[in-house]
Parts: sequence; C-alpha cells; structure tokens
Amino acid sequence: MTDPSYTPDALIGQDIAAYLDGHRRKTLLRFITCGSVDDGKSTLIGRLLYDSKMIFEDQLAALQADSKRVGTQGGEIDFALLVDGLAAEREQGITIDVAYRFFATEKRKFIVADTPGHEQYTRNMVTGASTADLAVILIDARKGVLTQTRRHSYLAQLVGIRHIVLAVNKMDLVGYDRATFDAIVADYRAFAASIGIEAFVAIPISGFKGDNVAGRSAAMGWYDGPTLMEHLETVEVDQTAAQARPFEMPVQWVNRPDLDFRGFAGLIATGSVAPGDAVRVLPSGRTSTVARIVTLDGDLNRAVAGQSVTLTLADEIDCSRGDVVAAAGDPPPVADQFEATIVWMADEALLPGRAYWLKLGTQTVSATVQPPKYVINVNTLEHLAAKTLDLNAIGVATLATDRPIVFRPYAEDRELGGFILIDKLTNATVGAGMLHFALRRAQNVHWQPTDIDRAHHASLKNQRPAVLWLTGLSGAGKSTIANLVEKKLARMNRHTFLLDGDNVRHGLNRDLGFTDADRVENIRRVGEVAKLMTDAGLIVVTAFISPFRAEREMVRAMMAPGEFVEVHIDTPLAEAEARDVKGLYAKARAGQLKNFTGIDSPYEAPVDPEIRIDTTAMTAEAAAEAIVVYLIG
Amino acid sequence: MTDLTHLERLEAESIHILREVVAEAERPVMLYSVGKDSAVMLHLARKAFYPAPPPFPLLHVDTTWKFQAMYELRDRAARAAGMELLVHRNPEAEARGINPFDHGALHTDLWKTEGLKQALDKYGFDVAFGGARRDEEKARAKERVFSFRSASHRWDPKNQRPELWHLYNAKKAKGESIRVFPISNWTELDIWQYIQIEKIPIVPLYFAAPRPTVERDGMILMVDDDRFPLRDGEVPVERSIRFRTLGCYPLTGAVESEAADLGAVIQEMLLTTTSERQGRAIDKDEGGAGMEKKKQEGYF
Repeated sequence: MTDPSYTPDALIGQDIAAYLDGHRRKTLLRFITCGSVDDGKSTLIGRLLYDSKMIFEDQLAALQADSKRVGTQGGEIDFALLVDGLAAEREQGITIDVAYRFFATEKRKFIVADTPGHEQYTRNMVTGASTADLAVILIDARKGVLTQTRRHSYLAQLVGIRHIVLAVNKMDLVGYDRATFDAIVADYRAFAASIGIEAFVAIPISGFKGDNVAGRSAAMGWYDGPTLMEHLETVEVDQTAAQARPFEMPVQWVNRPDLDFRGFAGLIATGSVAPGDAVRVLPSGRTSTVARIVTLDGDLNRAVAGQSVTLTLADEIDCSRGDVVAAAGDPPPVADQFEATIVWMADEALLPGRAYWLKLGTQTVSATVQPPKYVINVNTLEHLAAKTLDLNAIGVATLATDRPIVFRPYAEDRELGGFILIDKLTNATVGAGMLHFALRRAQNVHWQPTDIDRAHHASLKNQRPAVLWLTGLSGAGKSTIANLVEKKLARMNRHTFLLDGDNVRHGLNRDLGFTDADRVENIRRVGEVAKLMTDAGLIVVTAFISPFRAEREMVRAMMAPGEFVEVHIDTPLAEAEARDVKGLYAKARAGQLKNFTGIDSPYEAPVDPEIRIDTTAMTAEAAAEAIVVYLIG
Repeated sequence: MTDLTHLERLEAESIHILREVVAEAERPVMLYSVGKDSAVMLHLARKAFYPAPPPFPLLHVDTTWKFQAMYELRDRAARAAGMELLVHRNPEAEARGINPFDHGALHTDLWKTEGLKQALDKYGFDVAFGGARRDEEKARAKERVFSFRSASHRWDPKNQRPELWHLYNAKKAKGESIRVFPISNWTELDIWQYIQIEKIPIVPLYFAAPRPTVERDGMILMVDDDRFPLRDGEVPVERSIRFRTLGCYPLTGAVESEAADLGAVIQEMLLTTTSERQGRAIDKDEGGAGMEKKKQEGYF
C-alpha cells in the first residue's frame, strides 16, 4: 500500500512558480468507469484519488470512521465511501447516478465520470460516456465477462469512445492468477471484435489493494504492461482529429451591444478559423468572410475547435441562434428527415408520431419519431422488432423535423450529430440520439407551390377557415353536438365538413388500434386531413376523444394561428358511463375492451380550451349554439 | 494543431454554459457571494459577453454578517463589470435580529436559504447562476450543470435530467427555475491558478496579514467589527491569518499563515493536508448528508 497521507510534489515547496507553470500546461483527459454492480468501480475511483494524493487528512479520518461504521470491507478502508455521495446510495451500498471526480498527476489532469452498473440506469452511462475520451470497463476476475460488461462495451462503442481499457479487477481474490486473466482477456477480445472495438488495453488490477493502479504489482510479476495510471497519463487525447475537420461553429447568441457591433458567439465544434476566412451561414447558405475574432483580451489571429469565441463578419447577413457558421468550401448538409440511433431515457415510452423538442447544437426544433425499425438487445446484439422504445431501450428509427436542420453524421462529429429529445409537456429529457444520415426522400421531395392558394379558396367561399376540435370522453356527446353545429352552419351557408372518430376508423385509419401509439397516429392523420381541408377553405368540425394534450397541441401547431378552436365537451366520467349509449363502458368494465379512455387509459383534459361545454348544465342544442356564436360572432 | 490546456478547455466550457442560459432563459441572474469562485464566475461572464456587459444583474443574498472587506469588493466588482447589483436581506431575519452568535443553524436557514428563495421569487428570476464546484462536496459531485428546481425551490437528486455532450435542457414550466453552475468542473487549484493568470481581483482576506482574532471551539475567528460578543476572559489577539473560504465572519475559521501573495497561497494550499471546507461549520451538521439535505431544501 502507498503512503496514506497526502504527500505533495517536492517542486511545490521548492519553486512554486515552476510547478504552476508546469501544471498550467497539462492536458485534460475525461474518462468513465463502468462495470457491473460490485465490480468495484467506486473502490477503484477512490483508489485513484487516494493514490494521486487527492485525499486529505481530514477526509481520510472521516473515511476511516465511516469505514468502521458502514463499510463493507471489515473495518479496512472502504474507498467506495469516498465517492458514493448521496445518502440513499450509502444505505443501499450502490452508486445510482453519474458523479464527476477530479484528480491530477504530474503529467495530466483528469475528470472521471462514475457511472452506474445497475441495469435500469443505462441512461446515466450514456450520459457519462457522451463527454468521455476513454472508458474503463471493469470486470470482476472471479466472474469474467458478464452480460453487463457486454452492455457497457456496446454503449461505449455506440457513443464513439475510441479508447477502451479492460480493467480486470479483484485479482487479489483469484490469487493473482495469470491464466484467469488471460482467459478473461481472450473471452473479451472475441466479443469486442464482434461489436467493432478494434483495440483495447487489458490491465490486471486490484482496486482494493492497489495493484497496478498507480503502483506496480509485486504479486503480478508476469504482467509487463502499463499500470492503469500510466496508461491514463499517456494515452493520446483526440484534439487533433477535431481540429483537422472543416470549420464549424453553431451560433449560440448574437452579441449586439450597440448599432456598430454585431458578433456571433459560439463554441467552435470542429476545425479552426482566422480573419479573412470565407464562411457560409447555414441553413440560409449566405456567404461572407470573417472580419474579427473578438475577445476581452484582444482580437485573436486564429481560434480552434474547443474554444468559445465571438466572430464578426465582413457583410451584414442574417445569422441568429441555431445557425451554423461553417467553412464556405465544405459546409455541413441540411435536411429534415434522418435515420438515427435513439437511447430512450424516460419511464414513459416513446410515442411514435408524437412531437418532441429536438435539440442539436444550438438548434431546437419540433420532431417526430417513426416506430423503430428495430431495437437492439444489448446482451446478444440481436435486432428485435418493436413498436416503441421503453426506458433504456436502444433502437434505430427514422425521424422528421418540422424544419431543416444543419447536421453531420455522429460518427464524424459529436457536436452536430448528437441530439436530445425533450417532452413538450413535462420538459423532461426523454431521449438521446445519434444521427447517421439524412434520408434521400427529404432531399428529393420539395413543396410544390400552387397558384390558387388557401386565401383564394377561403375568399371564394366567403368565410374564414377553422377547425372546431371537439374533445372529451367516449359518450360525452361530441358526435351529437358536432352534428348540430354542422347543421347550424350549413343553414348559414357555411361550407363545412365533419370528421367523426368512428367514421374515420372505417377507412383512412382502419389499420390503427387503440394503443397509445396508435391513438397518436390516429390524431396526426386526422390533423393532416383537417389541415388540407382548411387549405381548401372549409370549416372543419371534428369529434374525437383525442385523449392526449400533446397531440391536440400538435394539431394546433399545424394550423394557422387562431384557426384551431379547442372545444372541451366536459362530461364527468360517471355521467358518461351512466349514459353508455354504445354499451362500451360496460364492456370495458367487464375487461372485454382494453385501453378504454377513462377506464384503463388516461384522458388529459384541456387546461385552457377556447370553449368548455358542461353537458350536465347545458343541452346539446344550447352547446351547439354557443359554439357557433363563438365562431361566427 | 493547437493543444488546448485543461484551463483553456474549462474556460471555453464555462463560457458556453453562460451563453446557453442567456440565449434560453427569460430572466437570468448571477448569484454573487464575493468569494473567489464568484470572482472567477463573474470574470468568465465578462469574457462570454464582451464587448457587451453581461446581460443580467448580480444578486447578493446578504446576511449583514459578511466581512467588511467583502462588501467593499462587491460594490467595486459590480461597477467594473458594468452590471446592476441587487442586494437582498431577508426582512424577517432582519426584524428578528437573527445572528450567528445566538441562533446557530437558524442563521443560515433564514438569511441564506430563505433569503435566496425570497429574492428569486421577488424578482421573478427563472435561472440563477451559482459558483459551486463538483470537487467541493459529495452531494455537489452528482449535481447537474443545469439543476432543476420545483416551484417551491426543491432539488430532487433522484430525478435529474441527463446531460449529454454540450446539450443542456433549459425548458421549464411557469414558476419552476433552474440553478446553473458554470464552473462545476473546476477544482480549487484551477480557480487559484486562473485568478493568477487572469489577474482577477479577490478579497484581500485570502492573503495573510496581521488581524485581530480570538480562538473559539477550535476555530480561529476574526473580530471583524464591534458586534463580535467577547466571552468572559476573551481578548482579541493579533495573528497573521488568512481565509481559505469566505462566508459570515463569525462562522468562518481562519488559518494561521504568512502567505501574502497568490504564489504563496497556492503553495500553502498544495502543501496543506486538510480539505478546503474545514473552515466552514455548515457541512458538519447531520453527518455526511448535511449538504445534500440543505440543497434539497433550497440552499444553493
């Protein structure tokens, strides 16, 4: 064991200026540790901190006390207690979230993400891996390559980590046996090759005893490779690769302190830039040249990937947040339909067809995901059929954005190829993805402008198009009221069309059932049809349960502002069930009808509808009258 | 090929975070505690938005018990940055005369935790920058850069948003807010070295000088003004001291030191064998879970 107390570098005492000068030139390596529960990740990180002299006397004293009180090492120092931060985790004895730790050696500075081995926390591993240069995959020497080892290796590969270290831990518990180590490495090599990991470095260690972590192991003279610390200190960091690519900078913020200055602030994703360089602003495609690279410390002659800068351009061209300033000669492509691998991170499954926020670089757009082509069983790497993505599922799917975005394939550039998906109602980050390529159909299908436009259609009919969207429980009275509304409007010579939920399911949507995903697609299609009808100048009346707020908002967003009128036909569940005109509630209660809204499928009532009809206080006739008055005035 | 150093990478990351907030938040504010971490955060903000001044105000949640030298630097730094300075003092704590000598934990709770919530609600700030670092404390090591707070300012450590690449999710519902920590990934040594390289002004109390002190409960306390109640037999003694962290003067322990400039302070820090927050009483309550509990309740 190494000296337990903190012993600083001798140079610090002798010549602090020289020490600091050396320290400030150090590079940074970000890495993650991953492995199964009980593989000893936290113990290894604690050991790295301890061996790199990051543990102070007071922390050591607290650690010794904690080790006696709650430790799992029979009173010996339990390094895991150093890093298992949250109270709940201490009690369970496992790490449940991503924690970041910092240490430095004489050669380099490190940021390590401690990521969990628990199966249900794949999302945390992907999170930690997204910013890492290197991954340490831990294996318990007594157990060998486990299902979760495969999972973690696959994820590290998926996220694009180029440097993999296989740390075969707990060698002390197998008598430092070389044959055990060799067998595990051979086993892992076969697996690694199958998922495209070309190279890895295998090191036999004991995090608990310290063998081959910082110091060489006396017990494993048969191993002549680097210690873990030596490897971390010398492995090459990939700054060169990013800087060699064409210049690209997503614009974060436009800096306009006064009328004379207009700067574009951002973090350079790839390449380098200098005043005089020809650039192109995407997606517009306009070109200019870089005038200045402005900083508080004076203008720069050159800036490179990884630096945050403010650029000014020689010409006054449109450029705002979300745009990308790129090398004029090799700009990134622009598209609105993609194939991507998506990791799902929320308890609530992906709803294909539902609109989510997609954030990529500094662009935030609305996006819908198609049902996955397949999901990947990360244990067997089999491709399985699936209709959705559940928590921790990884699938390949196509997605469409509501406007074109600037991108690069993730394999070329993490910054313009990685994205997150955000639920529009809860605002939670529900997924993360990696773009592979744009679909050709997005590039080849263009919008065809027509000469007789929607305003012309509407003026011929002498009316303002609108969608009266009736939503409510089954049996609330939607169809009855919708029918009365249409009759009243027809008498007033208004051109209308009624889209009824049951009727649509006989034709256009006959292929859809009543799962959440099918309900979303049902409403999306009806929304598109209603939109075409408003383009034709019609007043559309719809009668659909449309139970989810997100889809109603999606349809609202499809329409011109003010044309979508949400009408909540508000009938209490008990009342609708008592009426039970079609006998459906009885069937649902008897278990003969699945996914019935109000019984075993939720209804999300409108928060702020344009019109609310309380059917317990109003006849259908009066309700229809109120809706017509709202529309016509 | 230009190899960026670790400090250059940290600086670029922090500036990126500051700009993301300004681009996406409705009403951001920077919590300014006048300490060295705040000084670095403020300096980074000036860099991020230059030549414009940082487009948000500074907020100091005051307890009336900070060191005099902190109040002086606070006002000077805000002026130099061209930023509005808002000072909030919890009126209830002021009325009840809450102080660290008589009220113990209640002092921190009312002045700081409650005071902060009041100030954020009063001005309707939806995002607040804080100068916390992940290397300071175990609970902070797991906190996101964008740390989401409920409408009642609570932190739910089990339900944090995943943060991938440089993508931060700043979406929130009305009434909810986000605490953002731009220097999450900096260490204490990074902070000191950056202050040295960038010549950032900090409170002189970080440097050793002869100051009036008393020793109490194992801590050296500075007698900063005449509100300091001396116990029977206590006589202030002049010692050469400095502070590793700065808070309310009656709660902040000094270390005896001769380190009068940055090089010497860094040297002493690297040669010392106790962790940074030793001098502050706040983390010692309730075992190791003290800070986590305070954070859940809304402490920064």
